[in-house]
Amino acid sequence: MLMAAAACGGSDDKAETGASASSEPSAQGGGKGGKVGLAYDIGGRGDQSFNDSAAVGLDKAKTEFGLEAKELEAAPGETDAQKEERLRLLASGGFNPVIAVGFAYSGPVKKVAAEFPDVKFAIIDDADATGPNVSNLVFAEEQGSYLVGVAAALKSTKNSIGFVGGVKVPLIQKFEAGYVAGAKAVKSDIKIQVKYLSEPPEFTGFNDPAKGKTTAQGMLDAGADVIYHAAGGSGGGVFEAAKAANAMAIGVDSDQALTADKAVSDVVITSMLKKVDVAVYDFLKNFTAGTVKGGETRYDLKAGGVDFSTTGGKVDDIKSQLDEYKNKISSGEITVPATP
Amino acid sequence: MSTFLDRVFGRVGFGGVMALVAPALAVVFAALVTSVVLLIAGHPPVEAFTSLVEYGSQPRVLVLILNLATTYFLSAVAVAVGFRMNLFNIGVDGQYRLAALIAASVGGAALVPGPLNIVLVVLVAMLVGALWASIAAVLKVTRGVSEVISTIMLNAIATGLTGWLLTADRLGVLSGNAIGTPPIPEDAHMPGMALIPGTPMKVNGFLIVAIIVGIGYAVLLNRTRFGFNLRATGRSEPAAVASGVNVKRMVVAAMVISGASAGLIGMPELLGSSFEYSLNFPTGLGFTGIAIALLGRNNAVGMAVGALLWGFLDSSSDALQLMEISKELVDIMKGVIVLSVIIAYELVHRYRIVAAQRKVSRELAAPAETEGAAA
Repeated sequence: MLMAAAACGGSDDKAETGASASSEPSAQGGGKGGKVGLAYDIGGRGDQSFNDSAAVGLDKAKTEFGLEAKELEAAPGETDAQKEERLRLLASGGFNPVIAVGFAYSGPVKKVAAEFPDVKFAIIDDADATGPNVSNLVFAEEQGSYLVGVAAALKSTKNSIGFVGGVKVPLIQKFEAGYVAGAKAVKSDIKIQVKYLSEPPEFTGFNDPAKGKTTAQGMLDAGADVIYHAAGGSGGGVFEAAKAANAMAIGVDSDQALTADKAVSDVVITSMLKKVDVAVYDFLKNFTAGTVKGGETRYDLKAGGVDFSTTGGKVDDIKSQLDEYKNKISSGEITVPATP
Repeated sequence: MSTFLDRVFGRVGFGGVMALVAPALAVVFAALVTSVVLLIAGHPPVEAFTSLVEYGSQPRVLVLILNLATTYFLSAVAVAVGFRMNLFNIGVDGQYRLAALIAASVGGAALVPGPLNIVLVVLVAMLVGALWASIAAVLKVTRGVSEVISTIMLNAIATGLTGWLLTADRLGVLSGNAIGTPPIPEDAHMPGMALIPGTPMKVNGFLIVAIIVGIGYAVLLNRTRFGFNLRATGRSEPAAVASGVNVKRMVVAAMVISGASAGLIGMPELLGSSFEYSLNFPTGLGFTGIAIALLGRNNAVGMAVGALLWGFLDSSSDALQLMEISKELVDIMKGVIVLSVIIAYELVHRYRIVAAQRKVSRELAAPAETEGAAA
């Protein structure tokens, strides 16, 4: 069966590919037992970050709609041609839909989606790869970050907060921009320290808890008492530092008051929720129902794609203020900057 | 007498059949170790290997392998130039990344039209690579700084520098969540070659460049006075000095050539595929080059074979994942192959010494006592 899938990948002939796709009754959508192909960026399932979040959505959809899934993972430093080949392997192997996790797949998805017009593609965090059979699932990270910025400013007793970014790429700078804007909206004179753990092409900053801990430690020593991280797996180190200094921390992507290590999870006052899992689940749900549409779906505050968490009740006292800002952003009264 | 390092870096060669026996032994040994790993992980090895070969022999994947191998080979040559003279240029990685970024922005500016732009981009890349490498060379000849240390440091500096340059207010252009240099105009794209039948995908035009570089490397080292001096310095510095070689000049020259070759590494991707230097530009190719130079013992043909093998292994990671086998198996295979090549050469070398000693003692013993030779 595995051999068959690999062998299918051999035919580069588009006509034949179409035939093999239509021989799968599920490939048309609307049936049970479809085959979903998921291509992760570096890290894959288990990265405690957005790949994992996508996996949660996939797992939920798998059990609910009786789907079969194959997950492939990128290798560090690979070329676009290798990403294209990964997508071709899935598309020509009868996997439909194919979901690409991460903006690194932008170019490859655009190219491969055009080669396989009968296969539906979805890409997370990218709006550039457009096509009739491509669904772009993008998030307004800056809006959610704005709210946790407000929370940080309200909660800080020293009028000094910090931001730890994983890797200095435009995507993570969106988190920074929103956070800073939110904090400044509450207290215009607040001191904000911003640090990134690594610079591209070094992507280790997303998975370096030790560096996260040292960096957060430095910020706490310099007077900060609330730290927000957008650093994937390095966030664990940020929480450890906050715990040791008796300070507060803000989680990212998922509700980290629940998912972080139990020993340190009580420092997490709130988390900026980026619901990649919801986006993946919604896409698969629409696909199964046969109603999937190409083009951009923006998961912003209004659509519930980003939000803040209240687990642990540590922001209950300021929740009304947060909700007020939330409504202002949703209604368009406040426009949050996406670049620092 | 040759030292262990001389043998590892191919500064002494084996003639005839032995040159083939060692790598063959190494591949068989690596296959055995990988099979054991597969068995431990609960996968039937024969089935895994057959489907890997099946996957790797498809036209589309063959193109991918050739294109990967082109880049890997260029990287191996850049490393090998230094290795042949005992210079460990660990900085090939930083050299090619910085070179590709600067060359990409020059190309994107479209200063000259059409194919001239390709030439300009390549020249800029070689120049930047050579300049970055020459920092380490100058530090070595003037201050005696080990090039291993300085090139590793320069890699880190190159990372910081490219990160700083690749921002929206400098060389980068933001598009969505990605940032890259302005794309190189279409008239300056390296044309591909439809070499493999059965797929619309094209082989990167830089394959030809890589072959020319390979021939140039072999000729330079083996057929020129400069190459002789370079190899002589690598084998024994005092002997080279005694015979009138200016070692300092050789260090600078070798580093500059190594850096200029490193500048070429990013070119197949830049001019044949991505047409921009972005966050997605491949990384770590300089280290791949080190492994392949070791594997091919700095011999042009050996490195070409090594580059193809690496290309095959790297492209097989998805096929492995389809079989529910962890893609890290590729890394295990690579590591075992490099180690077993080194061990195999050492074994063959020792076998030859023992064989030669037996032969000598047999010849010495022969006239005196014939029965001794029979035993």
